[in-house]
Amino acid sequence: MANQILDVKGLNCPLPVLRARKALKDVPTGGTLQILATDPGAAKDFEAFCRATGNELVASTAEGGVFTFVIKRLA
Amino acid sequence: MAWPAAPQEDGGTPMPDDGKPNTKRLSMIVTKGSLDWAYPPFILATTAAAMGLEVTMFFTFYGLTLLKKKLDLGVTPLGNPAMKMPMMGLHMGLPNLAAAVPGVDAMATAMMQNLIKRKGIASIEELRQAALEAEVRMIACQMTMDLFEYTLDDMIEGPVLGGAATYIEAAMSSDINLFI
Repeated sequence: MANQILDVKGLNCPLPVLRARKALKDVPTGGTLQILATDPGAAKDFEAFCRATGNELVASTAEGGVFTFVIKRLA
Repeated sequence: MAWPAAPQEDGGTPMPDDGKPNTKRLSMIVTKGSLDWAYPPFILATTAAAMGLEVTMFFTFYGLTLLKKKLDLGVTPLGNPAMKMPMMGLHMGLPNLAAAVPGVDAMATAMMQNLIKRKGIASIEELRQAALEAEVRMIACQMTMDLFEYTLDDMIEGPVLGGAATYIEAAMSSDINLFI
């Protein structure tokens, strides 16, 4: 189970990434953050965010219009 | 309320420096103050900050209005041929003659604000606050403040005053330099 769950459904760019960055600060290194989003651009954004910040995008799934991302804090 | 005055003895305000060798920097000049033009600078600044960059924003000319305590940003379809809004299933624009009618600007602004809210996009106030919290360095062009007779009291807390040289210094050590 993820250390934290972040719900950004209904919010659009750049809020998902901004909120995720804030939430990640409270996740211990090695822990995970689960994000629920409806922004279709979020998938690419989180890939780029993880590459740039040195974190790992462990999972990226979509179901019925809701995207679920799991980010593992490495840095 | 006091903004730190611009030039120090060494001729510049300090650059943000988190001491890490690989940190990238972004600098941008913000020159526009309408609602539609307010989004790119704040979205880019906050996202870059979220991705670990040190960001400097230099607000000049109409960009200065984005630093006002009370934001009153509008849009106009006048002379804006690319402005076609989703209405009734189509994308519709307005002929210039119609856009020039008093009251139409206010209507277009209200429609735009409505659209932004409905689509779950952050307000400029929210993005600006996020930028401040992310320690984005905001510089207000001293010259423009004098030119348009703005006082420090008109503006929010946080930005510092500066001139062109202050911006150039930031740009010299930035990986990304934008003019918006």
